[in-house]
Amino acid sequence: MSFLQNNLLSLMMIMPILGAAILLIIRHSDPDIEKRNIRQVSLLITLITFVMSLVLWFGFDNSTAEFQFVEQHAWIGDDISYYIGVDGISMLFVVLTAFLMPIVVLASWDSIQDRVREYMIAFLLLETLMIGVFTALDIFLFYIFFEGGLIPMYLLIGIWGGVNRIYASFKFFLYTLLGSVLMLVAVMYMYLEAGTTEIPLLMNHSFDVDVQKWLWLAFFASFAVKMPMWPVHTWLPDAHVQAPTGGSVILAGILLKMGGYGFLRFSLPMLPEATIEFSWLVFTLSIIAIIVTSLIALVQEDIKKLIAYSSVAHMGFVTIGVFLLNVNGIEGAIFTMLSHGVVSGALFLCVGVIYDRLHTREISRYGGLAVNMKIYATIFVLFSMASIGLPGTSGFVGEFLVLNGSFAYNSWIAFLATTGVVLGAAYMLYLVRRLIFGELDKDDVKAMPDLSLREKLIFAPLIAVVLWMGIYPNSFLDPMHASVNALLETHFLTDTSHAAADQIGTPAGR
Amino acid sequence: MLFKAIVFLPLVGFLIAGMFGRQIGDKASMLVTSLLVSVAAVLSWFAFFDVTEAGNEYSVHVLSWVNSGDLSFNWALKIDTLTAVMLVVVNSVSALVHWYSMGYMEEDPHKPRFFAYLSLFTFAMLMLVTSDNLVQMFFGWEGVGLASYLLIGFWFKKPSANAAAIKAFVVNRVGDFGFALGIYAVFLLVGSVEFNTIFANIGDYQTATVSFLGTEYHAITVVALLLFVGAMGKSAQLGLHTWLPDAMEGPTPVSALIHAATMVTAGVFLVARFSPVFELSPVALSVVTYVGAATAIFAASVGLVQNDIKRVIAYSTCSQLGYMFVALGVSAYGAAVFHLFTHAFFKALLFLGAGSVIHAMHHEQDMRKMGGIYKKIPLTYIVMIIGTLAITGVPGLSGYFSKDMIIEAAYAASTPGAEFAFVMTVCAAFMTSFYSWRLIFLTFHGPTRADNHTFDHAHEGPLTIRLPLILLALGALFAGFLYKDAFIGDGRFGFWDGALITSAGDILDRAHDVPAAVIWSPFVAMVLGFAIAFLFYMRGSDIAKRTSETWDGLYAFLLNKWYFDELYNFLFVRPAFWLGRIFWKKGDENIIDGFGPNGVSALVADVAARVRKLQTGYVYHYAFAMIIGLALVVTWFMLQSGSH
Repeated sequence: MSFLQNNLLSLMMIMPILGAAILLIIRHSDPDIEKRNIRQVSLLITLITFVMSLVLWFGFDNSTAEFQFVEQHAWIGDDISYYIGVDGISMLFVVLTAFLMPIVVLASWDSIQDRVREYMIAFLLLETLMIGVFTALDIFLFYIFFEGGLIPMYLLIGIWGGVNRIYASFKFFLYTLLGSVLMLVAVMYMYLEAGTTEIPLLMNHSFDVDVQKWLWLAFFASFAVKMPMWPVHTWLPDAHVQAPTGGSVILAGILLKMGGYGFLRFSLPMLPEATIEFSWLVFTLSIIAIIVTSLIALVQEDIKKLIAYSSVAHMGFVTIGVFLLNVNGIEGAIFTMLSHGVVSGALFLCVGVIYDRLHTREISRYGGLAVNMKIYATIFVLFSMASIGLPGTSGFVGEFLVLNGSFAYNSWIAFLATTGVVLGAAYMLYLVRRLIFGELDKDDVKAMPDLSLREKLIFAPLIAVVLWMGIYPNSFLDPMHASVNALLETHFLTDTSHAAADQIGTPAGR
Repeated sequence: MLFKAIVFLPLVGFLIAGMFGRQIGDKASMLVTSLLVSVAAVLSWFAFFDVTEAGNEYSVHVLSWVNSGDLSFNWALKIDTLTAVMLVVVNSVSALVHWYSMGYMEEDPHKPRFFAYLSLFTFAMLMLVTSDNLVQMFFGWEGVGLASYLLIGFWFKKPSANAAAIKAFVVNRVGDFGFALGIYAVFLLVGSVEFNTIFANIGDYQTATVSFLGTEYHAITVVALLLFVGAMGKSAQLGLHTWLPDAMEGPTPVSALIHAATMVTAGVFLVARFSPVFELSPVALSVVTYVGAATAIFAASVGLVQNDIKRVIAYSTCSQLGYMFVALGVSAYGAAVFHLFTHAFFKALLFLGAGSVIHAMHHEQDMRKMGGIYKKIPLTYIVMIIGTLAITGVPGLSGYFSKDMIIEAAYAASTPGAEFAFVMTVCAAFMTSFYSWRLIFLTFHGPTRADNHTFDHAHEGPLTIRLPLILLALGALFAGFLYKDAFIGDGRFGFWDGALITSAGDILDRAHDVPAAVIWSPFVAMVLGFAIAFLFYMRGSDIAKRTSETWDGLYAFLLNKWYFDELYNFLFVRPAFWLGRIFWKKGDENIIDGFGPNGVSALVADVAARVRKLQTGYVYHYAFAMIIGLALVVTWFMLQSGSH
């Protein structure tokens, strides 16, 4: 048991690599049996990894802000080590990653028929790299995982994508290239200046305030692209549209969270003065993102583009929350990321279901699905409501916390960001109306069967999690408290108790 | 346990009918949901007597919900008199509507879905009224919005039903936008979202100010007005009312339950619940008064000329809600809740009666195609008459006690807006009487304008339709007389027991001794309304037609509902789509992509041409480039690290 405990995170990263290795040697004279075996092994491996992530969660100590499940081994030279661990900010992202992987494998069961082996290997390697991003405690190790994770995703879009996949992957490449070069320079500088690559040490290193600004902007370039924030978001709709369903789920579910995680892990603790200095920039861009991309979502004719734009809007709430620098804001931001990971993942799976049947993403080709796909319709409406942020679903809690935190910070932010709640309802319900409701009058749509057992199995855990997060979010909030409080108290000297006092004026004479 | 049962039994019904409706069949789904809600209704009456007679108050913890920093709230039930009244109203009307729907929806192929939605609505409404904190109230608030959306769009093949459903949800979201900001403001001010804490401490902040959108305002006024925006959305007050008439696209039992008796009164409930806060902001109270009075007269004026039987009643509802807000605005909270209580009976009755007419007339809703059917459906006729007598305020019936009390309170009050409200509510009383009797005359009297087949086959519905009508008619007859003392009379102190702000010498006391002319004014208005309606529609004359021709501009203005829909389309809907397209095509595609990735790639090389040649090979190139890059980075770090 203690071996498992002491090496849990490494085992979680090795498991998918092991799986990929097994996939390489699976051979069978009948290609169908070979594919089946490949899928089953992939599912098994991802399930084992998921179970390990649950062990991680149950073994996690909510009461401390220290890094847990820490492993450190000498690696490159004297300074750079293989150094991993989790705290309350990163732990649940690891669980989210491991949770979504088996679902992605199941979702690709029938829709991927070409190069199944390579496809599954790409996903398994991606899983290792994503877990690596959230657990790395060495900034250099982080950089490798952070950039390395793009390679499989890049291949997934470029090989298994749609008609315009080359353009989409090129755009994806260009954007991320810009961000990563700047971030790399910043990482190198920090290393030279502080003489260490260990994240916990860097967190306590005080960089000169002027230097902080440059470093902050360099990190910002990378994280803002990943979020993505307006105006560096235009790669996302194209990437989503071209990516296969599984790719979209991971892209929206996990990769978009790396930017937000990066802000929390690097920008805030390592560059606190610059963070405060530039928060106005983040708020401005976030509010523009919420309003502008919501309006754009309203006029989309492609389902995936619509959901992609809605992701940009939702990420606007996340960046606001992170930079509010109060407990509600940051916990709300993390919660929104987790929720969005599940909900947008589920929505892309929903798109995959009908895309597999009709092979089009054009909204106007559908209509009246409530007649012949009743279960599907119910599930789609449910996830739409979660996306809209209906209380009782996961989407509400995070947004509520962020907006509540933002009101205490500045009511303008709360006011403008909350308009996104109205616009969100408009574009989602307009989508539901066009897909699900209306007359069922198209022959090819009439021929579409309702969900298969496999598809129901995919959605069941997602529904359970969305409701669980909405009704009893404390399961997810409790692990965050200690780390978030420590982050604020150590680096921002924020009194985490009721922050209102200075916001309420009292006229003279009282 | 009792209260958990009351709240969660409808949820159980929803889950059974919603998840297993197809397996257990139509009949079982209908019976299970209806029985569970009926049990909840019976229990509610027990709870009502326990709370109001024995003076008990309860607080039931269910589950913790959110803890984050100082913000912490639970799933919990708070039961005081105000909640008990709402429990009785919600569950009783809901149970009757469930039974009624068994008959009304007989021919519909989607019965389990319909009953599941009804029960879901009931559950959400109960969560709203039993909440002990603002966020759970918001849960119920948006939950009833969801149920309303689903039920308005129940016949989802109809484009008009879909449009109405979206409109209801989005317009309500505009209100919820205010509500949500109100919650944040309360938390900022008091540091809690729980009612007991808020009300216990709000007095400390009487002179506090808060910065809202860059300006310092009186904090409590900001809180009250933001919450009131939420109330305006849900209760369809002027400005945010446009969704309610369209909501009539839903099946008629839905209109009775949601859009007359319960959900639309949630705004009234919210303000009544927050009476300790509103009481501290004279500005907010006068805003409430003005908005309520304006809504009362606006909606009544539109109701004068509508031809759809359900739309007349919908505007009537809107107008009556305006009355309730007038009462709240002049601090006559008891009168507001009393009118909510009596209105639930007679308005549900009118809607279900209208449903019975529509059922009898083969789903015809246009009153111009009715007439002369009173002999065909005498029971419906009689109960509709009772409902009309009640709403117009004939002495002795329920509406008389509650509505006249509001008018008298408006007169007695000296706050800003009260005078305006008095005049408007009396005028609206006249209009109420006119449109209500117009509805009766056009529907039931005169020569029929229906086709022979429809007319000959008009008949009463089954017992499940008739029995709820009779029970509601009893409520419309006696609820006012029986409860006037408790809600607004001398018994009110013991009855409300702190659930609402009450005090000796308050506005209700002063309203009891207003001049006789004031007391008589709504009566005169009512008689006048009846007389003119009689003259217009019963004498077989063409006065109505001539009047509308003489005043054709005014007629068109009223018929088109003061052109609110056109205005909002012009101001919000079309610009939103227009902006969306601009931001997309010009912003994202031309500017950002043009100068960004596309511009860069054009500078680097003619990528498109090369891509066509090399196809997927390109992907590997980029991936390879990334790997090389990473390798270079590793090398650099290794060299650096070695040199340390």
